Amino acid sequence: MVKKVFILLMIILTGLILWSFVPGYESRTALPEVSAHYVEKGPEELGAANIVTAVVVTYRGLDTLGEVTILFAASAVVGLLIHLNKNENKRRREGSEILRTGTALLFPLILLFGIYVFINGHLTPGGGFQGGAIIASAVVLQVLAYPNRKIGHGLLSVIESLSGFTYVLLGAAGVFLTVNGFLDNRILPLGEYGSLLSAGLIPVIYTLVGLKVGSELSSVVISLNGESEEEQL
Amino acid sequence: MTDIIFLIIALFTVTAALYAMLTKDRTVSVLSAGAAGLFASILFLMMAAPDVAMTEAAIGSGLTTFIFFFALRKIRSSRNG
Repeated sequence: MVKKVFILLMIILTGLILWSFVPGYESRTALPEVSAHYVEKGPEELGAANIVTAVVVTYRGLDTLGEVTILFAASAVVGLLIHLNKNENKRRREGSEILRTGTALLFPLILLFGIYVFINGHLTPGGGFQGGAIIASAVVLQVLAYPNRKIGHGLLSVIESLSGFTYVLLGAAGVFLTVNGFLDNRILPLGEYGSLLSAGLIPVIYTLVGLKVGSELSSVVISLNGESEEEQL
Repeated sequence: MTDIIFLIIALFTVTAALYAMLTKDRTVSVLSAGAAGLFASILFLMMAAPDVAMTEAAIGSGLTTFIFFFALRKIRSSRNG
């Protein structure tokens, strides 16, 4: 009874806090100054057709680095908490015929689509995070169809660390090679606006982010699928 | 017309989220949370934010659902064993 009263009180208080934003709300008719700069000068300054990407990778590149770090920490913690048992002998039931055939057909296609999404991040919607998540969903399909197949953690962690390290290195290279400093994309020439190899470093960084996110999320899924030591006792 | 479609999908999102909270069955709860994510990603797409919509569809309704199921299976098997 007391608990319910407290919950109700919590809800009402949260509502009151949020309500204070409602009166006096006016929807903006013009972009704020910073956003206007991004929209007007972005294509010219950075050469990326997708302004969202220009903001995420270059203007707000440090935030993206932070997000990648958080994801890395999360996947490391999952790996730490779930100890994989190396010599497990319990066999799981394989996926059905339909699932296995579907996986054989779809796995390479989903993988390719993920790669397409992150390589074209500066031209079309999408980018490293989305591409990485799509790649990880291909791995989920593989894990569901063949629960007993071992997928090497070693390769995944090598890909992950290498791409993370290169990302930071390229970001730091901006400090020495360009005027704007950390994570500037103009180390490479901007190229022709709207072509695949344009916008300087953005496709390179998004490829690295895509590989990193893809391998991190995949290793989370693989860890969760594996039998932990406690289960065998 | 777009406004009506928008409202209907928004209503679906809220309903799916509430159902995920109120239902007693865990499997149904996880599935309807995933459905809420899927409807939310359609809303993002209609608000001209395809980048966010892709993230929401891939992570919010795709991966999260599976990670929930993997975690639920782990909880069940460690309870039984």
